[in-house]
Amino acid sequence: MSILETRETTLETDPDQASRPRRDRHIFTGLRSLGTRLLSAVGVIWAAATFTFLIQSLLPGDRATLLLNQLNGQIQERTAAELAPINEKYGFTDPLIVQYFRFLGDLATGNLGTSYQLHKPVIEVIGDQIAPTIVLTFTSLLIAWAICIVVIVGTAKRNRFFSSVASGLEALAAGLPQYWLGVILLVVFALNLGLFPVVGGTGIGGLLLPALTLGIPLAGFLGQVIRTEFESGMDQPFALTARMRGMGDTGVRLRHVLRHSVLPGITLSGWALGSLFSAAVIAESIFTRPGLGKVLVTAVNSRDLPVVCGIVILVAVIYVVANLLVDVAYTLIDPRLKTS
Amino acid sequence: MSTTTFTPGKPEVTARTFTASLLGGVPVAAVISTVVLAFFVIAALAPRLLTGADPLAIDLGAALQAPSSDHWFGTDQSGRDLYTRVVYGTRESLLIGLGATGLAIGIAAVLGVTAGLGGRFADGLINRGLEVLFAFPVLLLAMLFVTIYGPSVTTQIVAVGLGTAPGYARMIRGQVLAVRNSGYVEAAHGLGHSRWQVLRQHVFPNAMRPLIAVVTLGVGQSIVWASGLAFLGLGVAPPSPEWGALLDAGRMFITKAWWLEVMPGLAIVALALAATSLGRHLQTKLEGSQP
Repeated sequence: MSILETRETTLETDPDQASRPRRDRHIFTGLRSLGTRLLSAVGVIWAAATFTFLIQSLLPGDRATLLLNQLNGQIQERTAAELAPINEKYGFTDPLIVQYFRFLGDLATGNLGTSYQLHKPVIEVIGDQIAPTIVLTFTSLLIAWAICIVVIVGTAKRNRFFSSVASGLEALAAGLPQYWLGVILLVVFALNLGLFPVVGGTGIGGLLLPALTLGIPLAGFLGQVIRTEFESGMDQPFALTARMRGMGDTGVRLRHVLRHSVLPGITLSGWALGSLFSAAVIAESIFTRPGLGKVLVTAVNSRDLPVVCGIVILVAVIYVVANLLVDVAYTLIDPRLKTS
Repeated sequence: MSTTTFTPGKPEVTARTFTASLLGGVPVAAVISTVVLAFFVIAALAPRLLTGADPLAIDLGAALQAPSSDHWFGTDQSGRDLYTRVVYGTRESLLIGLGATGLAIGIAAVLGVTAGLGGRFADGLINRGLEVLFAFPVLLLAMLFVTIYGPSVTTQIVAVGLGTAPGYARMIRGQVLAVRNSGYVEAAHGLGHSRWQVLRQHVFPNAMRPLIAVVTLGVGQSIVWASGLAFLGLGVAPPSPEWGALLDAGRMFITKAWWLEVMPGLAIVALALAATSLGRHLQTKLEGSQP
């Protein structure tokens, strides 16, 4: 809310002197709340990074031995002579606190370490594969919102039968495991009907089924939250006022009640984005779609900890950014928040 | 105060309320859910009652058969009856779900109660910690854990338990705070009861009651998460009839034998939906009886 508040006040052209002190106070509280938000965002990322650092360095077993054994695909004791170059290269013999600050310093410059398995910087490993996953994540979010808004505007507070069927379907969708839904979609639409490629590429045809796999359960969650809000919104005085002004039912639903009821859904989306991003693993694996999912599963199987930790940090960053965006979206949608 | 209902002094009240709740106004969904759950409990305790076949009996002549009246869920690549395997896999899957939920709620209760009763510092610290954990989706946290300890049943339970704990912790904290600030606790303090007595008699019973519903909800969700891990090949190894392992084993044959994926998934979905629906029902019941 703070970002908008500052923008609004800079654009302010009203020369009304009486409102000046109040405005100034707004700028101040606005900046302060923006500051707190950014600080807590950085705090979450820092804590997440520290967490992954501790996991990597406090792991049972000698790190250099682990790395060398993984490089050669063997499990054996290593001599000091063999371990020396590894320790030298990664600085494993330095005191933990030195390693920690080096890790944080690297992180600040975008260096997430080196993959044990691929011998490439983790940031490169992620960067090579991130694009399809981002496309999939956002398409799923869009699909979820589209389904949920159409269903709710169409059914909420109309015919009792339709509205209860729709809310039953929402509960069902929210409870569906993504892997199962994905398999059903694959079997029905790709294998039996042949409408989509079985092995998904990065094209539009290969995007829709994976996006539905992630989007339908999310639509169920969003729908449950938004429906409650929408139904109570239909009875609010502002909806009544709009109707009294002669606005049609669809107008009231779309222009007033919907706007009122999407707010909790937006909060949920901010939280869901990180979750979608990691659930993309499942969709990518069912539809053999390129992306971070394959990288992640391979890394988990080969115990390539730096890659897994890199993805964990990335998801924490996505989560934090998404939540900052949610705050901005809130003020865009609900003008009351600008002045409160 | 509803706690008096459960004192041994008035058994007739308990019995009457219990029968009333059984007969009057129980929604159909709750009844169906109970039946579905009862089926799975029988499958877990006495699988022989539900199927006469052997889950490991190989019949290569009947490999990869589609569902039919002989094989309700079809057969796998070695001709093993999938329905029998699903029934026999119930025990392990339920144990994973119960174990993970139990662990999650155990951790969450310690964190939530400490945050709710431990004063501002403890509350602030735990709250911040939970906020950080929320930045990690359950699946990702679980995968991180599998990377470190390698795939096994124990890892699956611990991974899912740790992943889902923050959500429960936040809920318990809220519950403890609400109860602590309620009128009847204030009244008990006013009557001169000791701090410990108030905690034991009023705060704990009332703050923990909603957990009955949450555990029911949680078991279903935990099984979904755990089998999701198994689906990615990060769970129990395939020869086991555990549901996630069945999913993992069936993936290779997805183009030839859809039932190997769809049928075990159906068991998971049925269990998860039944648990969720019964959990919701209990939740509204328990909220209604809140003092």
